[in-house]
Amino acid sequence: MAKTDALQGSLDLLVLKLLSRRPRLHGYAIMSAIAASSGEVLRVEEGSLYPALYRMEEAGWIRAEWVKKETGRRARVYELTASGKKQLGAEESRWQAVSLAINRVLKEA
Amino acid sequence: MSLWSRVANAVRGERLNREIDEEFESHVEDAIAAGRDPEEARRAFGSASRAREASHAVRASARIEDLVQDARFGVRILIKNPGFTAVVVLTLALGIGINTAIFSVVNGVLLNPLPFPHPEQLVALHESKPNFANGSISYPNFLDWRKDNHTFAAMGLARGYGFSMTGRGDAVQLSAEFLSDGYFAVLGVRPVLGREFTSADETPGASPVAMISEALWRNRFGGAQDVLGQTITLDGKNFTIVGIIPASLQLQVSNFQDSDVYAPISQWSNPNLMRRGAGLAFHGIGRLKPGVTIKQARADMKRVTGNLAAAFPDDDRGIGASMIPMKEQIVGGARDFLLILFGAVGFVLLIACANVASLTLARASGRGREFAIRAALGASRGRVIRQLLTESLLLGIAAGAIGLLPAAFGLKAALHALPAALPRANEIGLDFRVLAFASLISIATGILFGLAPAWRVAKENPQTALKEGGRGSSGGNQRTLSAFVIVEVAVALVLLTGAGLMVRSLVHLWDVDPGFNAHNVEMFSISMPPAMASATVQATRAKHLEVNEALAEVPGVTAVSQTWGAVPLAGEDDQWFWIDGQPKPRTNNDMNWAIDYIVDPDYLRAMQIPLKQGRFLSRLDNEHAPLVVVVDEVFANKYFPGQDPIGKRIDLDNFGGKAAEIVGVVGHVKQWGLDSDDTQQLRAQYYLACVQVPDDFLLGMRSGSNFLVRYQGNLAPVLGGLRSTVRRMSNEEQLFGEQTIEDIVAGSIASRRFAMMLLGGFAALSLLLACVGIYGMMAYLVSQRTQEVGIRMALGAKRSDVLLLVFKGGARLAATGMAAGLASAIGLTRLMQQLLFEVSPTDPGVMAVVCVLLMLVALAACFVPARRAASIEPMRALRTE
Repeated sequence: MAKTDALQGSLDLLVLKLLSRRPRLHGYAIMSAIAASSGEVLRVEEGSLYPALYRMEEAGWIRAEWVKKETGRRARVYELTASGKKQLGAEESRWQAVSLAINRVLKEA
Repeated sequence: MSLWSRVANAVRGERLNREIDEEFESHVEDAIAAGRDPEEARRAFGSASRAREASHAVRASARIEDLVQDARFGVRILIKNPGFTAVVVLTLALGIGINTAIFSVVNGVLLNPLPFPHPEQLVALHESKPNFANGSISYPNFLDWRKDNHTFAAMGLARGYGFSMTGRGDAVQLSAEFLSDGYFAVLGVRPVLGREFTSADETPGASPVAMISEALWRNRFGGAQDVLGQTITLDGKNFTIVGIIPASLQLQVSNFQDSDVYAPISQWSNPNLMRRGAGLAFHGIGRLKPGVTIKQARADMKRVTGNLAAAFPDDDRGIGASMIPMKEQIVGGARDFLLILFGAVGFVLLIACANVASLTLARASGRGREFAIRAALGASRGRVIRQLLTESLLLGIAAGAIGLLPAAFGLKAALHALPAALPRANEIGLDFRVLAFASLISIATGILFGLAPAWRVAKENPQTALKEGGRGSSGGNQRTLSAFVIVEVAVALVLLTGAGLMVRSLVHLWDVDPGFNAHNVEMFSISMPPAMASATVQATRAKHLEVNEALAEVPGVTAVSQTWGAVPLAGEDDQWFWIDGQPKPRTNNDMNWAIDYIVDPDYLRAMQIPLKQGRFLSRLDNEHAPLVVVVDEVFANKYFPGQDPIGKRIDLDNFGGKAAEIVGVVGHVKQWGLDSDDTQQLRAQYYLACVQVPDDFLLGMRSGSNFLVRYQGNLAPVLGGLRSTVRRMSNEEQLFGEQTIEDIVAGSIASRRFAMMLLGGFAALSLLLACVGIYGMMAYLVSQRTQEVGIRMALGAKRSDVLLLVFKGGARLAATGMAAGLASAIGLTRLMQQLLFEVSPTDPGVMAVVCVLLMLVALAACFVPARRAASIEPMRALRTE
């Protein structure tokens, strides 16, 4: 379980970013969207995605709502909240800083 | 997440689970719609249940829900293992029950404040004298103390007495107290009706008034409101009732005891009442002014008594005031005893916990596979530990609830069996603090015995657990289990040593020769008819002789004697004297003291005290014959060392300095008790004849007298004969206060015997628990090592070798525990010194016996596991895995 920690920061970032671009996605759509927009490189497992979604919901960054699908089943769709937008900004700049630093190290080496 | 939504989530737990399922289903549906293979989609989801564990933990953040779930699961698990649950709950219930019971005694006696307003201001007052640190206060001294001090808000003085009430049917003996005015005001107790005594009531010559107890008022006066102003006839004198003392007053301090009747001290017709040097068994109480410390009061009283000593050097030289906080005075003697018991039951609980912990641990390692699977499915380690702790808490709470029952209902019954030695016994009960204590130890026990298994589980690596086929990493478990067993044996040894020391003390005490034969001696009092109140000296003597002769006629009675002075172990009395020929000492404090027994010639036969020299008192030593005295060996050796005391004379202060000739020497009697007599300062004893006492003393015996009779056969018919003889004399005379001297002797060591019984009980319990612990441990080891034993036997080990292996293992554990226990016992038994008699707290004999006993029990506990190990079939054992 602990090994997900390193990835977790980036999973949050990806989910928040996706939701900021396309509000009201359900879990499967988020998963497919991440896969699609990363060119099938990043694959998020369900076992990680849903805990992350619930955690961010608890933190108040996203909120969820039940909607009816065409099949008659209900789906739960997520959208960004105001504090989620702020969090996205913070995560983005942190990611930039980190990747910048890593790139710099790689170049020097 | 707010607390509220957490709670709501917990309650909605099931709904939450359904919602999560629904979301997952929707997800899988999308995946299948997107063209994925349904089977693969579900599998790709990871383990749905794992996702759910993790998601769930997050969604509910769900401490409370977890708790509810853990508890529900725990209850299910515990119900599924009724044997385990019953053993654990009963073991703990026993431990918690006796701890709660003893705590409620400690709470009621030691912790709760006295039931009076501002109890911290109350002190017990005594006179400190050369012979007595806390001696009685003379009435004149008390009056001056009360008048001259600056630190007390109020002071009171009291002394017990017995009145014969007549004029309302048959004569009745009533317990009574002579009180100074304002005694109850010192305590803060108000009469339910009327008033208490005023200084006017206390002035000599005031008309007699009395207060009566609420019980007497209800039983004898029908609770009538107009009881005030009615008269009550006590010892033939009419007292006007002025107040009713509430039944809620239950107090025993120094010489005060809540009684049927209370009368002002000035109504006591004792010729010595106003003598400053008289010791008449008065003791005082006082209430300090607000803000005054006992230290300030002591300094103040030092000034007061110093002034009195200067003013009355004959009587008051060397006399001070001693004061003891009242609670200390009342319960001080019981403190050590109770704390020792409290410690002992704490130890029993500790053993119970260790036992249950090792049971739980053995079981937890059996459940290793369950925990490993849950961990693999994503349940966090914390979650599993929480689960285990919840289970043990459930057990602890169940045990507490069950343990409280005997504590609640058994306690009152147990207290009735208790010797009257325990002060404040009536105040013991279940209150908030006791309940809080019971809950606290239930929870603490739950955590204490639950922690070890939880800790072991936490350290376990799920993968090895799975690989080991659910047996867990047994090496660590064995070490922990061994530690438990060692602790159990050590604690059991401490308790057994304590109990053993008590047994030895009592054996020693029973062996002590009291100096008389207590068997078949009955003591009682007879009240004389009120008409005797005005009898002359001659008539009084004649009456006593008549009663003596009548009693001697009763079938079965072999010797009769009145006893007006001290009674061995039951009543003290002392007198001053000086050796004839020497000048009379200037002050009382320079006089010689001796315990005086004022008896009839048959006394020696009644008590079977050995005559050492000369003769005892005889019928010829009457009021016309010269004054004679018989002394004991201690007296002879102290005052006439190396001389023949027969024929020597002593001058008796009570007889106005009249000389008495020593006519005989008898054996010493243990007046102060079987245990402490040898260490007392005042031990010299002498015997005087009832018929030879001075007239004023004799007239004091007109209201009644105390008797000792030796009898043959059964007591009941003899007592019946005595009663009917007394009734035949007149219906105004009555026999009361009967008790056997044997009971008095037994009562003097009752609290020790009680301590021995309780400690012995607790020790037996701890031995049993330790035995179960060792058995469990060895059985577990044997089951863990079945394969190893199989291999050994396959390689040629004989069954006897296997037997030996198990016994050795058990013996090694027991020996380690005993070593630890001996070290602790040597440190701890010193605390019970006060309860011991002629036994060292580290008595090697006791310790050796205890060690042998424990080792035997340990080996016995190994017997069944050893047999099981020895009967292992090598081939089957090797095939089992």
